[in-house]
Amino acid sequence: MHATTLGHTRHSFPDLKALLAAASPHRSGDALAGIAADSDEQRAAARFILADLPLKTFLAEPLIPYEEDEVTRLIHDSHDADAFAPIASLTVGQFREWLLSESADNPTLAARAPGLTPEMVAAVSKLMRNQDLIAVARKARVTAAFRSTLGLPGRLSVRLQPNHPTDDTKGIAASILDGLLMGCGDAVIGINPATDSIPNTIRLLELVEGIRTRYAIPTQSCVLAHVTNTIAAIERGAPVDLVFQSIAGTEAANRGFGIDLAILKEGREAALSLKRGTVGDNVMYFETGQGAALSADAHHGVDQQTVEARAYAVARAFKPLLVNTVVGFIGPEYLYDGKQIIRAGLEDHFCGKLLGVPMGVDVCYTNHAEADQDDMDTLLTLLGVAGVNFVMGVPGADDVMLNYQSTSFHDALYLRSALNLRPAPEFERWLEGMGLLRADGGIRDLPAPALTNLLGQAEAAE
Amino acid sequence: MSDAPANDPSTNDPWARLRLATRARIGLGRAGDALPTGALLDFQLAHARARDAVHTPFDTDALAAQFGNVPVVRVVSAAPSRAVYLQRPDLGRRLSPESAAALPPGLFDVAFVIGDGLSATAVHAHAVPTLKAILTRLDGWSVAPVVLATGCRVALGDDIGARLGAGMVAVLIGERPGLSTADSLGIYLTYEPKPGRRDSERNCISNIHPPDGLGYEAAADKLAWLMREARRLKLTGVSLKDDAPALDARP
Repeated sequence: MHATTLGHTRHSFPDLKALLAAASPHRSGDALAGIAADSDEQRAAARFILADLPLKTFLAEPLIPYEEDEVTRLIHDSHDADAFAPIASLTVGQFREWLLSESADNPTLAARAPGLTPEMVAAVSKLMRNQDLIAVARKARVTAAFRSTLGLPGRLSVRLQPNHPTDDTKGIAASILDGLLMGCGDAVIGINPATDSIPNTIRLLELVEGIRTRYAIPTQSCVLAHVTNTIAAIERGAPVDLVFQSIAGTEAANRGFGIDLAILKEGREAALSLKRGTVGDNVMYFETGQGAALSADAHHGVDQQTVEARAYAVARAFKPLLVNTVVGFIGPEYLYDGKQIIRAGLEDHFCGKLLGVPMGVDVCYTNHAEADQDDMDTLLTLLGVAGVNFVMGVPGADDVMLNYQSTSFHDALYLRSALNLRPAPEFERWLEGMGLLRADGGIRDLPAPALTNLLGQAEAAE
Repeated sequence: MSDAPANDPSTNDPWARLRLATRARIGLGRAGDALPTGALLDFQLAHARARDAVHTPFDTDALAAQFGNVPVVRVVSAAPSRAVYLQRPDLGRRLSPESAAALPPGLFDVAFVIGDGLSATAVHAHAVPTLKAILTRLDGWSVAPVVLATGCRVALGDDIGARLGAGMVAVLIGERPGLSTADSLGIYLTYEPKPGRRDSERNCISNIHPPDGLGYEAAADKLAWLMREARRLKLTGVSLKDDAPALDARP
């Protein structure tokens, strides 16, 4: 029981997860789950209580029982007490102030990360304004590498997302070329397959591999199939760079995805065995998003932002190259409008980075959410300031297979230009070699004859 | 439509042939790093149409009039407004108390529910011709009065079908609009409907929006086949999956 009195009103919360839920900024998913604060005053009261709570509380009181949930076991069994020791005496409120202080610089944050649990970072995020989330995240640089190095200061990478409703070879190739010519694809060329089968996965992997090797592009490819299909593709000799999987913050929600920690380990080992990385061996690509556990009825009464942070604890156990919160995809029953999507995107990026995860964000929305491209511009810009590792590049921001709106190649160019950010260093050198890089770091339009020639080659090659 | 001068298909658009292979917005050209104005406005129009489809009120009067002498019953879900409907899918799966009391119990082979879902535009355009095509294929079936449901999620059909005493329920419902298609209709068939049915216990026909998507007659053929199989096997869902389309993203 946690309680406080504000004025003449006593506010009490039966347990830690109820307190965390009530302290969360309002969002539709927590209301749908019946765990949101009853009033704004109750929310403020919860934050006062939370601010005085020792960080150690989260080690002593698991939100989801250790015996019932392998994600809880992972969090507690892998907790690094030595890394935690220097901040072990802090309350959540003091932790916020320490994070914002000069002493919490990048090396210090990296050293503390193994001592932090997702519940601690979720808790402190609930006391932070958007500017706090940005200010701390931009200090917490997390780099990862495979054929390109992602997450370096002053860099912004892009997942090139060339989806097609029928996985048409030429249609996908056309979108890939469009993105490459606009300087995108340094995070990954990643296809969501319309059909998640082993032969189709292999066909798409070979398609991207062909383009990548033809132009000697220092990037990695991924077909976002189920981990079991990717393992099967590896067994059949397919050119797999990265193993993809959607993950969530509870064992039950992961079962809903048809996975557990053991199968993720198996997937990682299979990809590592191929030794295809040139500048690093981070071989995992995970996607997450607030609300996933609730939609699977697997949230255990924990608020959606805290469950989401637990997914990053799953991710970091497998040393990923890319972790991407697909923040507005799930729909308005979880994040109703632009305000909620923007807040969630900043929270997810902050929590991931603090835990030592190489975070990117799919800045996105669906047509039944109260959001539009103006909201996406806002979140994209904020994330650029916050030092996000990568964002999505979808032709014209319109994903014609998944039917939602994300960010475009143009958006990535805007962000790089506005904040003086550059592509991953290996990819930047490649762009220069291809004559696509301007002296000011922007992307040059190919002269029409060169473009026609290139596109003609591409067509002929299919 | 949207092409910058350098991209004009009437001149020499290097992307023209690749554009035939995908609806993706490729080769849009640039104004600085941003979109040319035409492409910017094209996108806004597509989004506006999708938004309008989500928020257009469900016109049950117009639908009822199109049915002529086919008996029709109107119900509303427990979601009192569109804003609440979008945030509380659980309320869209239950009838309002008044509507629940108004549905007469009976004994029918099948009930049809037409629900707004996430696109009233789709329902206004395609639900009546689709259902009329289905009804011509149901000789010998006893059919409940057609239910027009406002604030409807797919699972509202479970509540409706159970109260009507229907052996199965088919819900015709507006699918979530995309930028390229704002008027796509889906049909979800559930055997022995009752509250608590899982999505895996339904069969779905999606993407009904002629002329680009599935046509009325083809959709009616598919549904009639599914209904006969459901009656024979006494179930719907994954066991019918091999021959019917898989469940798509539901509204």
